[in-house]
Amino acid sequence: MVPLNHYLILSAAIFAIGVVGVVIRRNLIVVLMSIELMLNAVNLTFIAFSRFLGSMEGQVIVFFVMAVAAAEAVVGLAIIISVFRHRQSLDPQEMQLLKW
Amino acid sequence: MIIFYTLAALLVLSSLMVVFQRNVVHCAMALVAALFLIAILFVTLQAPMVGVLQILVYAGAIMVLFLFVIMLLNPTSLEPRRGLWWGFGTVVALLLGGALAALVSHDEAPADPFTATELFGAPESLAKSLFTDFVLPFEIASVLLLIAIVGAVVLAKRGN
Repeated sequence: MVPLNHYLILSAAIFAIGVVGVVIRRNLIVVLMSIELMLNAVNLTFIAFSRFLGSMEGQVIVFFVMAVAAAEAVVGLAIIISVFRHRQSLDPQEMQLLKW
Repeated sequence: MIIFYTLAALLVLSSLMVVFQRNVVHCAMALVAALFLIAILFVTLQAPMVGVLQILVYAGAIMVLFLFVIMLLNPTSLEPRRGLWWGFGTVVALLLGGALAALVSHDEAPADPFTATELFGAPESLAKSLFTDFVLPFEIASVLLLIAIVGAVVLAKRGN
């Protein structure tokens, strides 16, 4: 059996990769994909703890995380589409109307 | 043992491809691969129901949505290569990854894991937990999904 720490380290690595994607990419769609990657890293942590502590709650929480992730992706992509209609661009640097 | 390390290596590789590929469609394909690998990891962790849901919801629904949006917008528009945020991104990743890894490797993990019974991770026990202890969050999740549908339709409607 693989120790719990290895699962946690793998999930930390995936989460850090997702953060890098959010920070360095200049394409809103890829930024959303990186957020999905981070959510999945957290799901992996939940499932690993649920397995190692022998409790079903982790799997139930993952179920809810998936529902929230689906809602987030739907609304995020709708916002991206409507922003693209106004600006003809997917670059987050262009969206700075609220920037001081 | 071998399965886990193979899956982990492939997962890190495909996650890196999600972030560092130039073409958006290639990023989406790498994300599908990563989601499949995570689903396999779920199955090896005695969570077959969640693994199936992962494939259905993520690879089946969310990724199709992503690909549709890529198709509707401009799939060939490559973003400009600007090295402005690379240093910041690397520093953030190293700090976060280092902190998380240090935190994780600090504590002693439970040495012998819970011995899984036949029922653990089965759809029955997941459903029992979901519809007794977590029935209120479950109903709230359905309202959330309804709001998301309405919001997406309103936002993406043309000409208002």
